[in-house]
Amino acid sequence: MTDWTRASALEMAEAMAAGTVTSVELVQAHLDRIAAVDGEGTPSNVHAFLHVDAEGALATAAEVDADRAAGKELPLLAGVPIAVKDIVVTKGMPTTAGSRILEGWMPPYDATLTTKLKAQRMPILGKTNMDEFAMGSSTEHSGYGPTHNPWDLDRIPGGSGGGSAASLAAFEAPLAIGSDTGGSIRQPAAVTGTVGAKPTYGGVSRYGAIALASSLDQLGPCGRTVADTAALHEVMGGHDPMDATSLDEPVPACLAAARDGRENGLKGVRIGVVKELGGEGYQAGVSQRFEESLEHLRAAGAEVVEVSCPSFKYALAAYYLILPSEASSNLAKFDSVRFGMRVEKDTIEKTMLATRAEGFGDEVKRRIILGTYALSAGYYDAYYGSAQKVRTLIQRDFAAAFETADVLVSPTAPTTPFKLGERLDDPLAMYLNDVATIPVNLAGVPAMSLPAGTAPEDGLPVGFQIIAPAHEDARMYRVAAALEKALEGEWGGPLTSLAPELEVVK
Amino acid sequence: MSTLSRADVARLAALARIDMTDEDLDRLSGQLAAIVDSVALVAEVAGEDVPATSHPIPMSNVHRTDEVRPSLTQDQALDAAPEAEDGRFRVPKILGEEA
Amino acid sequence: MSYTYDEAMKDFDPVFGIEVHVELNTKTKMFCGCANEFGAEPNTNVCPVCLGLPGSMPVTNEKAVESAIRLGLALGCSIRESSRFARKNYFYPDLAKDYQISQYDEPTSYEGELDVVLDDGTVFTVGIERAHMEEDAGKNTHVGGSGGIQGADYSLVDYNRGGVPLVEIVTKTIEGAGERTAEVARAYVATIRDIVRGLGISDGRMEQGRLRADVNLSLRPKAADGEDQSAVPFGKRSETKNVNSLRAIERAIHFEVGRQADLLSKGEPVVQETRHWHEDTNSTTPGRSKEQAEDYRYFPEPDLLPVEPSREWVEELRGTIPEHPAKMRARLQEEWGFSDLEMRDAVAADALVLISDTVAAGAPAQAARKWWMGELARTANEREFTLPELPVTPADIAELQGLIDSGRINDKIARQVLAGVLDGEGAPTAIVEARGLEVVSDDSALEAAVDEALAAQPDVLAKIQEGKVQAAGAIVGAVMKATKGQADAGRVREIILARAGVEG
Ligand SMILES: [Mg+2]
Ligand SMILES: [Zn+2]
Repeated sequence: MTDWTRASALEMAEAMAAGTVTSVELVQAHLDRIAAVDGEGTPSNVHAFLHVDAEGALATAAEVDADRAAGKELPLLAGVPIAVKDIVVTKGMPTTAGSRILEGWMPPYDATLTTKLKAQRMPILGKTNMDEFAMGSSTEHSGYGPTHNPWDLDRIPGGSGGGSAASLAAFEAPLAIGSDTGGSIRQPAAVTGTVGAKPTYGGVSRYGAIALASSLDQLGPCGRTVADTAALHEVMGGHDPMDATSLDEPVPACLAAARDGRENGLKGVRIGVVKELGGEGYQAGVSQRFEESLEHLRAAGAEVVEVSCPSFKYALAAYYLILPSEASSNLAKFDSVRFGMRVEKDTIEKTMLATRAEGFGDEVKRRIILGTYALSAGYYDAYYGSAQKVRTLIQRDFAAAFETADVLVSPTAPTTPFKLGERLDDPLAMYLNDVATIPVNLAGVPAMSLPAGTAPEDGLPVGFQIIAPAHEDARMYRVAAALEKALEGEWGGPLTSLAPELEVVK
Repeated sequence: MSTLSRADVARLAALARIDMTDEDLDRLSGQLAAIVDSVALVAEVAGEDVPATSHPIPMSNVHRTDEVRPSLTQDQALDAAPEAEDGRFRVPKILGEEA
Repeated sequence: MSYTYDEAMKDFDPVFGIEVHVELNTKTKMFCGCANEFGAEPNTNVCPVCLGLPGSMPVTNEKAVESAIRLGLALGCSIRESSRFARKNYFYPDLAKDYQISQYDEPTSYEGELDVVLDDGTVFTVGIERAHMEEDAGKNTHVGGSGGIQGADYSLVDYNRGGVPLVEIVTKTIEGAGERTAEVARAYVATIRDIVRGLGISDGRMEQGRLRADVNLSLRPKAADGEDQSAVPFGKRSETKNVNSLRAIERAIHFEVGRQADLLSKGEPVVQETRHWHEDTNSTTPGRSKEQAEDYRYFPEPDLLPVEPSREWVEELRGTIPEHPAKMRARLQEEWGFSDLEMRDAVAADALVLISDTVAAGAPAQAARKWWMGELARTANEREFTLPELPVTPADIAELQGLIDSGRINDKIARQVLAGVLDGEGAPTAIVEARGLEVVSDDSALEAAVDEALAAQPDVLAKIQEGKVQAAGAIVGAVMKATKGQADAGRVREIILARAGVEG
């Protein structure tokens, strides 16, 4: 009997269309897998999910099966189950953004993305774990306990979207939704051997995505293959009048570009290696797999050149001013008045003070204080104002680099996944995880991560980042698909097929 | 660039409405000071002539027509409230005894 | 208090500024599609956006932007080529997101000038610093104690008003008004009110909070003889919030001038603070004692994009700006031939636009004035309405006057018809027809009625024929009674005199 949890999303779609499997069977297989590896008390305890909606997912699946049986026309991914990061607002399912302050919140509305997934008829398996309000790179800052990396359960799955990435690597879902403010889709993809993309800023509506830093946040697709990720990207994208920053332009043809890259190679494509995003500070196995990937790209017909982006060295500092500033304001609404936790005191001011002290974790508090400081009278120009200028410089670096190269590449993260707890008390060390992913968010350009293999020294996954100019999301899929084809030729399948088997509940 | 003191953190925490115990202040203020020191370098490159970027993709004039859309019902609005009364959100008193 | 307002003026020069918040009358709120309406059930005009629910995002109302630009133009302001929204961060339960979306260093309109006409016709020019867009907050109701915020047991919050579009107009510092400070302040706010009404962007009703004024004021001691006034430093100012009628603006300034003069003359400091106006006691009291300078941490609103109106659009909007209210008044008075007193009364009763619209609908100006300032003013007074609130339109009044002028009804019937209009029976002509109130103008019917009345009072005919023409009044009265008031009294009189063989 086929284990459908190992199939790709597009294979599932094809099989449903051919009548070899039903959506109910697919959903049930994934619910069984979640029950076997995810929850507390399971031997693996991946803890990718905060909430599982078996009933809702099966109901959607049954409707899709009935419509298919009745010969109705269905969207491409209809019936393919999906996991949704808990930052996305879902009516009828609790939405917490990984925070205790929102424990049990049942939103009265759907995010635009949720509406799209429902229109696509995709059964939503549940909500995935994340660092509280997406602040973190390890999912250890979740208010509900960490997620474990399926490659090594003692290691971090990346963050903030560790739950979504782990759900893919643990075969609990074929597709997942992530959000990327400074690398929260790409870095978890890198450390779990999966694929994840951050679209051009504005490419996917943010309406109903709980805001971390509004000028940096983007929702994006996560999958185990480039083509799956591209297909999901197309489902998510498009103009939304509810989000003023949403791009009013056609959805990029990502899937066609992925097919093109896989079939026709990269002849005529110039690939720029960003000098500042590699070398010192990058783990040896990471650098090695990155270099090997460049060889594959050359073999596929691409020309590889070096580009320099000198302002990138200020990106991390600018990011850790802009993000906390915007976040300190975005998180003010958690005040115990209209929703969420309340720690009642005799006045509303004391109630707010106590609620926010109790409801927010340390990392959230650190960043709110930092942001409050960066915006406060007398400091604005030196901190927030200067950071916005750095943003301009980084955009100029990208513009110059894209004069010489069609796409830019780098390792996604400087290291393979580290041990849970290892950097918890050293925020600065933790922030270094995102050094290669952050410039992308500051400039608003699209980028993705795909697996480049495992590092020889620890056998853990390494990610390869591809960055494209704004609005050219399709271009990165073309390059990614060509590289994926070459690497899969070596591995005999997706990298996740090489992950150690998880111990399951019998 | 001055670094962040424990007293600064206490003042900022009050401004951000987060109660902090002495222990919290001890733990967070050292980490915050280190972070502030490390991010201060942005001022180095931010020259007068460099314009600020607040939106990564430059756009303008995105407006909505003045047409009514459905609102939530009162029940939906109040459903998640910690406390409600008379169709309104109930909150502890705004002024303390000392005021 | 020992200093009176007038006495204080001998020793001090008031320096003041006014912030006016105008609630726009758009159909929907500033950043969401909820209805912008007054008086709905609590928390029924709310959505994820104006409730500040996690994940929600604002989108700017185009009509509100247009109204703000038109107001800026009417205030003589420059319109910024690129303006931006900013977040003003502070925690308060009626502020759903715990930040207000406002504008900070890049407001839509800046640097304007407004001529204000005082009662004696003097023109005082007030400098406008800026006019910016922002959103209103919700409404707190305090429960327990005396119903105020002080001593309340708890509070209840309704967010229906949260997110309603506002334009905040900030004056430059106003100096040199001297003893006319209070009058200038009142006239300035009245002018703003007239402008927003003329633009049709707000009803400007202060009693409902659609137009709210904050007045900040300080006193500057007058230089002693021979000393340089410009060397005298400005005093510390107080800011009196939510002064919600024109009369209250004058009174609040009187009170603050007296209070500050007392303090300064005793050598005590004036505290820079927010104060609240109390309508019942005609006085101000300080806001929260521990209130410290707030740090609002303004920064550009990252969920919204710059507003960059094209020059063409701005010029197009400039073409829609009505003339300045003072100029318009002078023109109308001339056109209508009203006396100064008639004009002033009409202005005071808020009847100018109504009269103007009635004239535009075809009625003579004096007739229009008489209706609005007479019968309708009385009715409004009885029903405790303002004139614009009465359920009658200028078109109705013009139609009513037209019925009189064409002789179809007389004044007395017209009043009955108006009562019908006010009771919602329909338009005047329809009421006349439905009730059969038309003047009896058929001479044969009138002649019959006259003959009947003369027969009943034979002595009267004799008196008339003797030359006592006024005696005809008795017959006119009888005929009117017989025709239930529907006769044209003038015609009846003519018939009587003809019967008596005398000329009228
Ligand atoms: Mg304001
Ligand atoms: Zn709303």
